[in-house]
Amino acid sequence: MTKKIKLSELGSLFGGIDVQALEGVKIEGDVEIDLGQLGMNPQMAYALGHETAQLALHLMNISRILGYPVDQMLGAAPAKPARLSKLIESRFSVGKIEEWKTPIQEVVLGATSSDGGTRKSTITLGGETALPYYFDGPMPHRNHITMDVFDMPINMAKAVKSNYEDVINSPAEWAKKVVRDFGADMVTIHLISTDPNIKDTSPAEAAKTVEEVLQAVDVPIVIGGSGNPEKDPAVLEKAAEVAEGERCLLASASLNLDYARIAEAAKKHNHVVLSWTQLEINAQKELNRKLMKQCGVARENIIMDPTTAALGYGLDYAYTNMERIRLAGLSGDMELNFPMSSGTTNAWGAREAWMVSSPLKEDSDWGPREYRGPIWEIITGLTLSLAGNDLFMMMHPTAVQVLKEITQTLYGGKESEPVNIDNWVAAVI
Amino acid sequence: MKLNSPLQVYKYLPQINCAECGDATCMAFAAHLIDRSKKLDDCPPILKDEYKKKYTELQTLLAPEIREITIGTGEHARRIGGDDVLYRHQLTFFDPTAFAYDVWDTMPEAELVERINKITNFRKFYVGKFLRVDMVAVRCVSGDALKFAGAVKKASETTKLPLILCSFDPAALKAALEVVKDKNPLIYAATEKNWGEVAELALNYKVPVVLFSPDLDKLKSLALTFREMGIKDLVLDPGTYPQGKKLKETFERFIMLRRAGIKEGQKDIAYPIMAVPLNAWLVYKDAVTASYWETVLSSVFTVRYGDIMILHSLEPYAMLPEVHIRDTIYTDPRTPVKVAPGVNEVGSPTKDSPVIVTTNFALTYYTVESDLSSNKINCYLAAVDTDGIGVEAAVAGGQLTAAKIKDTFQKANFDFKDKTSHGTLILPGLAARLQGDVEDVTGLRVMIGPPDSGRIPGWMEKNWPPKPK
Repeated sequence: MTKKIKLSELGSLFGGIDVQALEGVKIEGDVEIDLGQLGMNPQMAYALGHETAQLALHLMNISRILGYPVDQMLGAAPAKPARLSKLIESRFSVGKIEEWKTPIQEVVLGATSSDGGTRKSTITLGGETALPYYFDGPMPHRNHITMDVFDMPINMAKAVKSNYEDVINSPAEWAKKVVRDFGADMVTIHLISTDPNIKDTSPAEAAKTVEEVLQAVDVPIVIGGSGNPEKDPAVLEKAAEVAEGERCLLASASLNLDYARIAEAAKKHNHVVLSWTQLEINAQKELNRKLMKQCGVARENIIMDPTTAALGYGLDYAYTNMERIRLAGLSGDMELNFPMSSGTTNAWGAREAWMVSSPLKEDSDWGPREYRGPIWEIITGLTLSLAGNDLFMMMHPTAVQVLKEITQTLYGGKESEPVNIDNWVAAVI
Repeated sequence: MKLNSPLQVYKYLPQINCAECGDATCMAFAAHLIDRSKKLDDCPPILKDEYKKKYTELQTLLAPEIREITIGTGEHARRIGGDDVLYRHQLTFFDPTAFAYDVWDTMPEAELVERINKITNFRKFYVGKFLRVDMVAVRCVSGDALKFAGAVKKASETTKLPLILCSFDPAALKAALEVVKDKNPLIYAATEKNWGEVAELALNYKVPVVLFSPDLDKLKSLALTFREMGIKDLVLDPGTYPQGKKLKETFERFIMLRRAGIKEGQKDIAYPIMAVPLNAWLVYKDAVTASYWETVLSSVFTVRYGDIMILHSLEPYAMLPEVHIRDTIYTDPRTPVKVAPGVNEVGSPTKDSPVIVTTNFALTYYTVESDLSSNKINCYLAAVDTDGIGVEAAVAGGQLTAAKIKDTFQKANFDFKDKTSHGTLILPGLAARLQGDVEDVTGLRVMIGPPDSGRIPGWMEKNWPPKPK
């Protein structure tokens, strides 16, 4: 058999296959390899005969085996690469990110008696000078968790509800429980009964619930409306009034309601505004700008909620939206460099978090839902913490505990016994 | 890659607009090379002699910053690395993190087979596809090379998934490689101590190899040394400490390595990075706690630059979030997430079949569609154009309205009198507040379905066919 291959064709022959064997080989000129001249026997010719793509590779290898100086002929490295007897010394180094010059605004939640409030302590968010847990600059404050309390019994996933059955009719007791038993840094009181389509509780009545919660716990609080854009301004105005001077977080001002009233209430009674937009960085800029320029809200009184979507249900948008906002803020966008808050509880909307089993017969077994729910909430929150989120609104005690553990570990606040990983391969698990 | 505009790429192309690549012009093809939706070898003319030099140059310029490495063979072969950006919105991340779950050579054979089958068969339906896991990592726990090779042999007979051979003992790795030398396994690992012998194996068997050292100076040293010896398919394991300050440092090492590779173009360490969330089991013995922490570590390093990882827990509550967070991070932010608006048939609907409304957000639509088809519910499913927004948000934001719903059926020429015997439309439970409006605007009878489409089968049993008015 005589089969000629131009070396210059090798490149195209290798198109679809692993080309590592030829890397570093410089082919110049119009050299040809003639298999016939290499004394190819019929068996080999058969082995080479069918696949043109493999042919060239085999050709090289076999020629080498036969002692034909293929590599020298190609002007390539010697067939046997140099064996080194000792490691090449080296130092690794990497620079810091120069663009991150603008710190995130620091915002204090809660006020103690010396500042006109009644909270025992305050919480500061923001102040970062790099992406979270990065080494480029200090992260002065850890992440914080505020746990949800509702002003009426609501539908909850079973795994969540079992923790609150004893307090479900008393927001004050509920608030005490999350602080005392579950380690909540803050409490969010959601005044959902004010929704005209639910109970249409009056703003004055709802404000009483806020007072009860403020008396029940001494941590800073978030005051949430029902999400009804017509009713929320009145509800939050009244709540802001009874919580005068406490530096509560008013949730929320948004572009689809009269945000100016909420801004005004915050200014008048010394609270912080939660600037809430739906997964749109430009809308977030616009609302922040309006709050500052049009409503005169001071920078130290703004926190953003760019919206949290659950793992598997749009978390990719929520994550990237937050990451872009944080990067823009660090790089000097003064309309976006505010601390962020996440409604992490939204994770429970994912069917994987609460459904008994998969509705799809084709899926592998989903296993017990009691374990799926909390981890869904954890991973949703954890992902956003890596994008720059500061404050997490959460529901499940285990989720709170684990999210605290990992965020504080990455923050640098957790010591541990040394663990030897040198021979993890042989570990008996 | 070193080029960032189609014009720069165009200079290297034949510029003859032959359209053999499927694009009408070389400029259009250049744009596809930039966004990496096509490969240079899709251009037949440039493979010819006369363009050899330009082909070679362009190939180098187009190569991703992080080296792309293939593990395994055939249809289950998996590429890792290949990234060009630090943040997904800057382009997209390529080659999703490969998940390898472990088995070990001291397991009884039946358990090993069962475990591998579980790994191989795991699947979770999501947006028109199944999420799966990728590899099996075989750990040498016995310290016995022959026993290890036996386990590797059994593993390779049981699954077509790529294998990672894990041992710090070169003799054990060699014995295992003999068994699977044609399967392109990844070998784990070369260290400061054994590197010479492991390098020899990587050269002789032509397999990709992991370098392990939590000391980045040493890790770079190893990478340089292997590269110098002609071994390019490297994976870096900077050590995954499961707890405390050491975990924080681990996180920082991942950031440093990837930043050096992509932002600073340090080719010497621009290789895929391996994480070992399995190390959670070194500190937690309780299965739930360990699985939870392992999932947490896995998520951290899926978000921040892990290209391949070794995991242990096969609990669904660990695997489900793991595959979902990977999909979250690696979903291409450039692809539209909408389906075409219209009225589609699911199964073979008749006049008595229900007509169900949802939005054109791809996730919502595919979820509803798969819930219906999986449960063999024949029906019409209308995708209303909500700009790709889900039901709840679209109702709140005014993208899902009675007028839009009416419009959808009109544009599809769907006449309820013609197509149905019941003149009834089913709204999603989360759009219940539109019921009155839709009744007024369409004149149809409107029923409210469940808030989650997974509950449609149960809902149908109770509510369908609708009782006569």
